[in-house]
Amino acid sequence: MARTLINAPSAARRGEVIEIRATIGHPMETGFRAGEDGKVLPRNIIQTFSCRYNGELVFSAELFSAVSANPYIAFHTVATESGTLVLSWEGDNGFSQAESIQLAVTA
Amino acid sequence: MTQPMHPPALPRRRHILAGATGLAMGVLLRPASAAAGDLAVAVATYTRGAPVRAGKVKLDIAELVDNGNVVPITVTVDSPMTAADHVKSIAVFNEKNPQRDVARFTLGPRAGKASVSTRIRLATSQQLVAVAQMSDGSYWSHTVNVIVTLAACIEGEP
Amino acid sequence: MRRILALLLVCLMGTAGAQNPPPKDSRRSGFEDMGAATQAMQKDDALNPGMLWVQDGEALWKQPAGASGKACISCHAAAQSSMRGVAARYPAFDTGLGRPITLGQRINQCRLQHQQAALLRPESQELLGLEAYVALQSRGLPLAPSNDARLEPFRQRGQQLFAQRIGQLNLSCAQCHDGLPGKRLAGNVIPEAHPTGYPVYRLEWQAMGSLQRRMRGCMSGVRAEPFAYGAQELVELELYLKTRAKGMAMEAPGVRP
Repeated sequence: MARTLINAPSAARRGEVIEIRATIGHPMETGFRAGEDGKVLPRNIIQTFSCRYNGELVFSAELFSAVSANPYIAFHTVATESGTLVLSWEGDNGFSQAESIQLAVTA
Repeated sequence: MTQPMHPPALPRRRHILAGATGLAMGVLLRPASAAAGDLAVAVATYTRGAPVRAGKVKLDIAELVDNGNVVPITVTVDSPMTAADHVKSIAVFNEKNPQRDVARFTLGPRAGKASVSTRIRLATSQQLVAVAQMSDGSYWSHTVNVIVTLAACIEGEP
Repeated sequence: MRRILALLLVCLMGTAGAQNPPPKDSRRSGFEDMGAATQAMQKDDALNPGMLWVQDGEALWKQPAGASGKACISCHAAAQSSMRGVAARYPAFDTGLGRPITLGQRINQCRLQHQQAALLRPESQELLGLEAYVALQSRGLPLAPSNDARLEPFRQRGQQLFAQRIGQLNLSCAQCHDGLPGKRLAGNVIPEAHPTGYPVYRLEWQAMGSLQRRMRGCMSGVRAEPFAYGAQELVELELYLKTRAKGMAMEAPGVRP
């Protein structure tokens, strides 16, 4: 399980635009770098990130080797109703991780 | 009737060598304008040939970065983000990294605000372009020149 | 005559100074030499990648380790209180070993002696996590290196090491960090080299690292054979650097280019 750092409000008013900031620990090995033996190190990156809000996809990102290690993504979403936001990361070598955050939405 | 002129077949080994050298030379001698051309091709592929206008998009990045390995960027697009008028996606491209693509973000009216941030790697001083695809099919962009210097000291493995 | 007047002026200014607040500390943390975006990364815990390691440390603090089955928390309780100010005064003199040790070495000593657990490798995720978590408990506090008299000969050796030319480039730490701070080496601003932010998330590494890793990097940079992790010389250098930075606010976990 990779380490994650997720920052998001736990509560918001309906219609409010909230910001979610997420960092995940991952080397993001580019596939362009040579190791000590001179051979190119195989690519190992997170390729996709998505946010599903009560099951509905509200944001996604496609990442390439140019994204720094321990990738950080900040995005916005409208607080529509109380529920769960599931942040998922997928990548090379079958990497797959999901973290859930709760959001309480008041009128 | 004249015979078609064929060049004499090269011995296989020399042929491969010539091909390999040609490839290496091609990479080394590729002029800077070719890299910028690649960037234009990458953007055109993303927009499927649709015209891209400068404006509406702001690619926020330091002019002189502290370190090319971790460069914070924020892309903001001027859009009401309603169902009728919103940003569908944002793509960021670079000029001189080994690969043109940096990241692509898919938004939509549920985003509320068209503003995304991440941290990227820049191999050297170069141009960076952020392109936004709007719900009406139009494309807008912002191009920035960034100065990247290599770290002063070369370290071994930790 | 001019000399006497100048001396008189200095004396008068000195007297006036006694009424005024002390001169502002002119020392600069490496933080001040960074661009705004990098500074923002350090200031906001939600943006600081070092917090990934702090999280690790927080979890490890409560995790039983070794044959003892004890966790750090078993003896030290909540780190927020027991570890407050600790990182700010390290390296400390270890009576058993008869020499100063770093915070990282102290953590490993605890693991060995009190937890009967395996030593954590230098620069390992676990050791950096614990160091970062403990150092966080001193954030904002002034660096207060121990004034234990037994540390004095080690401190002096550290100062000598700092001033000693090394490597193929034949440069000493002092030449750049005392002599040329604020100027540039290639594209980078030369900092005064105050260890206020360690362990630090260094953008060049795209990872967390200790002061020892940073110093070894500098040594490689001047084409000198770096001291090994845990070497006496690195501890003495750290002791000197912390004394040189005494009073400056701790920033761990810091972010640096």
